Amino acid sequence: MKAINKLRILVLFWMLPAIAIASEGGVHLDKAPINLKDTAALQRGAKLFTTRCLACHSASYMRYNRLRDIGMGEAQIKKELELPEDVKLGSTMQAAMDASAAKLAFGVAPPDLSVIARSRSADWLYTYMRTFYAAPDRASGWDNLAFPSVGMPHALADLQGELKLQVETHEGHTTRKLVLDKPGSLQPAEYDAAIADLTNYLVFMSDPSKLVRPGLGYLVLGFLAVLLVLAYALKKEIWKDVH
Amino acid sequence: MMKLLNKLIGWIDERFPLVSTWKAHASEYYAPKNFNFWYFFGALALLVLVIQIASGIFLTMNYKPDALFAFASVEYIMRDVQWGWLLRYIHSTGASMFFVVIYLHMFRGLMYGSYRKPRELLWIIGMIIYLALMAEAFMGYLLPWGQMSFWGAQVIINLFSSVPFIGPDLALMIRGDFVVSDTTLNRFFALHVIAIPLILVLIVVAHLVALHEVGSNNPDGIEIKKHKDANGHPLDGIPFHPYYTVKDSVGVVGFLIVFCAIIFFAPDMGGYFLEYNNFVPANPMKTPEHIAPVWYFTPYYAILRAVPPMFGSQFPGVIAMGVATVIIFFLPWLDRGKVKSIRYRGPIYKTFLALFVISFVGLGWLGLLPATPTYTMISRILAVVYFAFFLLMPWYTRIDRCKAEPDRVTFK
Amino acid sequence: MTDNVNLSKRRLLIAATTAAGGVAAAGAGAPFVLSLMPSERAKAAGAPVEVDLSKLEPGAMMSVEWQGKPVWIVRRTPEMLELLAKHDDLLADPGSTVPQQPDYSNNTARSIKPEYFVVLGICTHLGCSPTFRPETAPADLGADWAGGWFCPCHGSRFDLAGRVYKDVPAPTNLIIPPHKYLSDGRLLIGDDSKGAA
Repeated sequence: MKAINKLRILVLFWMLPAIAIASEGGVHLDKAPINLKDTAALQRGAKLFTTRCLACHSASYMRYNRLRDIGMGEAQIKKELELPEDVKLGSTMQAAMDASAAKLAFGVAPPDLSVIARSRSADWLYTYMRTFYAAPDRASGWDNLAFPSVGMPHALADLQGELKLQVETHEGHTTRKLVLDKPGSLQPAEYDAAIADLTNYLVFMSDPSKLVRPGLGYLVLGFLAVLLVLAYALKKEIWKDVH
Repeated sequence: MMKLLNKLIGWIDERFPLVSTWKAHASEYYAPKNFNFWYFFGALALLVLVIQIASGIFLTMNYKPDALFAFASVEYIMRDVQWGWLLRYIHSTGASMFFVVIYLHMFRGLMYGSYRKPRELLWIIGMIIYLALMAEAFMGYLLPWGQMSFWGAQVIINLFSSVPFIGPDLALMIRGDFVVSDTTLNRFFALHVIAIPLILVLIVVAHLVALHEVGSNNPDGIEIKKHKDANGHPLDGIPFHPYYTVKDSVGVVGFLIVFCAIIFFAPDMGGYFLEYNNFVPANPMKTPEHIAPVWYFTPYYAILRAVPPMFGSQFPGVIAMGVATVIIFFLPWLDRGKVKSIRYRGPIYKTFLALFVISFVGLGWLGLLPATPTYTMISRILAVVYFAFFLLMPWYTRIDRCKAEPDRVTFK
Repeated sequence: MTDNVNLSKRRLLIAATTAAGGVAAAGAGAPFVLSLMPSERAKAAGAPVEVDLSKLEPGAMMSVEWQGKPVWIVRRTPEMLELLAKHDDLLADPGSTVPQQPDYSNNTARSIKPEYFVVLGICTHLGCSPTFRPETAPADLGADWAGGWFCPCHGSRFDLAGRVYKDVPAPTNLIIPPHKYLSDGRLLIGDDSKGAA
């Protein structure tokens, strides 16, 4: 009983900082529905990523053939991702646009997205890709709720359509709301689902080991549990000598 | 078969003290029989050291200490090297777990007075290990060459430049450049992979030799050597092998369960073991909004920030931070208590120890947060508590009303 | 100390714990050992190489890199092919009995199409890369030279089908890597599986 109490105190000490950080943050972030077991969603996300994002961004630590982890065969990768004939499956994902040209166009070089889901959270990415709004006074014509004064224009405006920012003041409280101004080719719910897929894919890409870790983890922990029982039994047995 | 083995051992023994070493440090090293949970952490620290050296060697095979390639080579390990992700997560988790284990090991020493005579030198060697470990961790943290690596090193090295007179040149010498650069990365790599590990291993051996010379303390804080049997063995002692080898195995497996749970299910540990910003490559042109050292340094970092600049210099804060670590060395002489173990100490010591734990954990927590006026005020209070624990120790340990120590250890 | 101790139970527990601990150690060691195998990058660099043969002139040789090693492709003229059958007595293994080639290249010309000869450009002696000497009977190589490769390191000689001459240091014929034709003018080196390209 005493030992359990001690453990509880230890765990509490561990959790203190976590609680503190959780209460931080500015903009409200929507929860990204991440499910790395949903292979179909990951594949849809991969397709959206390679056909759209890769125009300007690279994922230079990610090899195309790594998509086998999410169940894509070589032929499927070539066909569905519309890869040019000369791209090798063992090569890494490079932007179609030259980095220096991109820097001229957007002011900053588009960041590499290989590990973006590790530096930015999945929730942030999910919110960011859904909160672009038209800002005619900005050079790009766009701004973003999650990333104010963002350099990137809304690359998926044809899908989402154009949102407009509405600022309302009620009794001193300002609320900022985005409303659909011009519809895109997808319904809002469809667009959210597409971005969920994309975010899901980005999370996978940021650390492909995520797909194998839990399974292997249970195996390892299960084995160690058996070993613990054995080691404890042996300790009990040997310590019978000690009076 | 056995005969052949015995012959081989005999052959070696004529040329090397194999059997006598084994006897002196294992099968005939008598340890008190009343060790509790807290006595696992010494063996566990040794285990983590081995884990870090093994995983470190294999990471070195694929890592490139070059500002242009370092970040990419870490991702290369994470993705392209077979099982590289596991090696890297073992090493990154191991770094944090090393400090978890060491802090608990040191706290054990505090509780049971393990630093008191005749174990002063043992404590000092242990403190040197702790300092070496901090240097090792600090330099290792630069290697992934992410934003936190870069700016963390930048900030800490700049602390040295506040040293009067020689400061700026000292910082320049540490970096080998005007900012943290490829040169700095390269030398930190050299120090991290060979220089400091070599020292660490040597002083860990010294720590063990010193321990086995004076013998282990125990939760009762009394000397088991006072009562010996006819053979000269302590009555309350049992041979380390097999009794503590099997007991420590239980601790090792228990520790590995925690260790593997982190590696396989939460290697980032919510951003505390692997900081999110460190997945952005180092950019000398852009400081991240909020820089915090890794959690194991934050108590000292909070003390640093708690001290206001004086005479237009950060130096007093640096001094305070330095003193906060160095003062721990002097514990053996600060403590004037009649008893060693917390079990027989009076209420004053217990209160001070509790306050000290609160201040250390609290400072660690505050060191992770941005410095707001409220937080800075709390940091100052906690820093005062931290130093009071040490500086008032000669007084409060002497006046404290201790209970009588038992003659023999309490067992079961 | 050992009164009332069930020795057989103790021995069983020691054996079981040691065995399980051994399995754990082996399991922990495996990833370390496996990390020494070629990485994904190395595998990508060693992936099959496609070669366009349309620019290769008769009698000329081109060199491509596959798995970091040189692979030579020679477009042999009818004269060169004719010479191949005429010096069997000078060769160590004219019939290619030693398996230094895939089955589909086990013929006199040691190739799928006699015209194109594909061979790994590494001497079977100690791994130097021999020099291409297509001419016949040059002054330095002697009257018997029917074109082929001469290794500058230790003087090994190979004919235009990569077959080794007698009495030179190299013990076997040059290695033919796996390869296949994707179409008439397109060759794939490093992969000879049927089906998917």
